[in-house]
Amino acid sequence: MTTVTMTVNGRTHRADIEPRTLLVHFLREHLRLTGTHVGCDTSQCGACVVLVNGRGVKSCTRLAVACDGADITTVEGLATGDELHPMQAAFREHHALQCGFCTPGMIMAALDMIARKGTRLDENTIRKELEGNICRCTGYHNIVKAIQAGAAAMTGGVRQAAE
Amino acid sequence: MGDFGLGQPVPRTEDPRLLRGGGRYVDDIILPRMAYGYVLRSLYAHARIKSIDTTAAKAAPGVLAVLTGEDWRAAGLGDLPVGKAEMRRGSEPMYRPPYPPLVQDRVRWVGDYVAFVIAETLNQAIDAAELIEVDYEPLPAVVSTADAAKPGAPLVWDDCPNNICYIHQVGDKAATERAIASADHVVRQRFVINRVTAVTMEPRGCVGNYDAARDRYTIHTGLQRAFQYRREISTVLKVPESKVHVIAGDIGGSFGMKTAVYNEAALVLFGSKVTGRPVKWISTRSEAFLSDAQGRDNVTDAELALDRNGKFLAFKVKTTLPVGAYLQAGGESSGVANIGTLAGVYTIPTMSVEVTTVFTNTNPMRPYRGNGRPEAAYVIERMVDLAADELNIDPAEIRRRNMIPPEAMPYKTALVFTYDCGEFEKALDVALKMADYAGFEARRKEAKARGKLRGIGLSFTIERAAGPGLEGAEIRFDRSGTVTVLCGSVSHGQGHETTFKQLVCDRLGVDPKDVHYISGDTDAVFFGEGTGGSRSATMAGAALNGAAAKIVDKAKRIAAHMLEVDDIEFEAGVFRSRKTNRSLTIGEVARAAMNPKNVPAGMEPGLVASMIYRNEATNFPNGCHVCEVEIDEETGEVEMVGYTVVDDVGTVLNPLLLKGQIYGGVAQGVGQILMEDIRFDPETGQLLTGSFMDYAMPRAAHFSHIEVKSCPVPTKTNPLGVKGAGEAGSVGAMPAMANALVDALSVYGVRHIDMPATPERIWRTIAAAKAARR
Repeated sequence: MTTVTMTVNGRTHRADIEPRTLLVHFLREHLRLTGTHVGCDTSQCGACVVLVNGRGVKSCTRLAVACDGADITTVEGLATGDELHPMQAAFREHHALQCGFCTPGMIMAALDMIARKGTRLDENTIRKELEGNICRCTGYHNIVKAIQAGAAAMTGGVRQAAE
Repeated sequence: MGDFGLGQPVPRTEDPRLLRGGGRYVDDIILPRMAYGYVLRSLYAHARIKSIDTTAAKAAPGVLAVLTGEDWRAAGLGDLPVGKAEMRRGSEPMYRPPYPPLVQDRVRWVGDYVAFVIAETLNQAIDAAELIEVDYEPLPAVVSTADAAKPGAPLVWDDCPNNICYIHQVGDKAATERAIASADHVVRQRFVINRVTAVTMEPRGCVGNYDAARDRYTIHTGLQRAFQYRREISTVLKVPESKVHVIAGDIGGSFGMKTAVYNEAALVLFGSKVTGRPVKWISTRSEAFLSDAQGRDNVTDAELALDRNGKFLAFKVKTTLPVGAYLQAGGESSGVANIGTLAGVYTIPTMSVEVTTVFTNTNPMRPYRGNGRPEAAYVIERMVDLAADELNIDPAEIRRRNMIPPEAMPYKTALVFTYDCGEFEKALDVALKMADYAGFEARRKEAKARGKLRGIGLSFTIERAAGPGLEGAEIRFDRSGTVTVLCGSVSHGQGHETTFKQLVCDRLGVDPKDVHYISGDTDAVFFGEGTGGSRSATMAGAALNGAAAKIVDKAKRIAAHMLEVDDIEFEAGVFRSRKTNRSLTIGEVARAAMNPKNVPAGMEPGLVASMIYRNEATNFPNGCHVCEVEIDEETGEVEMVGYTVVDDVGTVLNPLLLKGQIYGGVAQGVGQILMEDIRFDPETGQLLTGSFMDYAMPRAAHFSHIEVKSCPVPTKTNPLGVKGAGEAGSVGAMPAMANALVDALSVYGVRHIDMPATPERIWRTIAAAKAARR
């Protein structure tokens, strides 16, 4: 067993875990944050994407021990009380989720996209950047719209990508 | 009802919860003392099992039980539900094999169920499973649909000759063959429709909990028809249905795949009884490829006879399709229930269809979004395009010449369906205009200058939704005047909660914030059937509509009694009397109704109503898809550059959600045409496409913007005038994309290309066509 300490959604956690524990299992089973999902076993579907130190990571392919000391954000950490994060609100407004299973990963991937490329994202860029996220219900149509709208709503409130 | 009214593009009420990570999918369920199950699966596509030794596994750390087929048999439990009776040729009955959750002495596909290990942790269960010693004697296997019925093919079931499960015939074979023999022109084509798998983003899973104190079984799982599921579980476990509680929470996609009672559901319940612990089983993605029931897969030979003016005279179809290694209940229906779609929207005087279903050493098959209708639509619409090509008639024009006119409705086709209504040519016109069909050749020329082959393809398809059947719904007001809606339908992403809240709020004038929606729990909902075959808007919609009408009727009488008047009108949630100018809100009436003094003599207090809606007539959603693509000759890559859908799904309850269904269905159809493919090794029967590394899934970059417009022709076949929309996108997309590809490649004389039209296949097709021209 190994001890890991990490901050998740602003709260610091310390736990003794088996070294082989994946980050996604640590979040889901140890911290009971079940919003992050497991959708495949080859690191392709993106349902498990979380932010580690502000960058998108597929938590199914990262060991929890490798995140010792890290600052993690999951989908549960986005809203402020009753108010949804602008990206979450955009997903709702544009009907960008149906079954909702891929959705947390999509949202976190969108935030990662914005962190790297800024908030003015065109359709082509968004579609290409979503290569690591699979959705079966929506045909991606409204997800692309929502990400564009959510990003625009975040303009000014987020650090722009470095020039 | 303003922004939340019926017919409005209301954003979903279920979204905030899902967006915050508050979804409750099966793997999110954690029960006290829960144990974990793991399936040991067959390594061979076909083998005899000489022995299974579980001694070491049983002694492994953390193991609570290791179950084999012998344990299941010794417990005297039943088989999983098996498909219904169709006929083999003549009067020979369908072959219905046994279907135990764990095999006894034979495995029949790679993925078949050999043993079930239950342990304190999943890792312990997996480790223990590796200690199970199975002595296999491999046998020859057959995985090819086309070859399964040929003489000499290995038999999946020893006493099932030729691997033929059943043969189904519809139409007039003799008249059709005569018409073909004497026709001016006959188009003939073989279509190989490939096999795909549902790829729900949430894999299958279940948690079974046997409560010994109550002698009752609870199963948490994804499914589509909770009540049918409850009944089926009770027959598998051989217990009264009242001892079974089925709970479906959030379901991460199904598309037909999760409807069946799979082996694992039976095993977690049996396992829970044996171990005295709740048992959870969750599929990995690899397991999903190995064990989910799969879809589509058929080989079809079609003949379309026409006169020299392009008028259809006769249509003959001969199809072979697999049921897989076992006949999972519902798996037999793709070959049967939806043949009618082959008739299309055309006046075809005589038709004949013969479907032969075969066993193969592969996953069981079952309905996948459209359940045979996408395949049928693909065949007829490709044939129409082939005919257009051979007779040198524009594809839109040849359809016009044959479309059933509105005056001919109701129209009985020469196959199965009688269409009640439809305005096909009108929708075609709208679609062609939206897609700028007329301007296409200029775009083709411009693309050529950029080194791209541009193609346009259209389809006009019709399908059946909501066949005869039942659905239940209940509306309850509580003591404070807020509302609970309980519905027999089960959503797996369609947004039923929102749509049905819209309906209830529209009919009752209540505030959506005061409405709570419950579904998927057989202890809570009084009666239901579920989702599937695009039935929910029709069936659950009508049941809720009827229950709401009963509420209003009762509340009117209570209001009249309370206001002491005899003229009561109800509008926007308020009961008003013109004579006295007094009024009561429905909430006030509901609260008052709890007091017997406020209700008329002889009336039960309270404000609750339910309805079991009985649907008799099917409805027929239909529509036109126009797809435009550009192909890169060098790489064979296809880019979708435009997509238009004009659909008739009758009354539109929520246009935002409707479009979502269309986009998703289109994506699945396009995915199959371009890239998805389940492949088995023909020699060994091993699954070659066992993960996302090999099974190509469409990504966002594969699609363009999709334009959807509704041209509803409301149907009188149900109270809301709706036509089922859940599968419509996938039905029209396959032929539209296929026709677009062929159009793009037609410059090289290519007439047809099978699916999936991967870059390699397209590249080779172009190369072969060029070589043939030299």
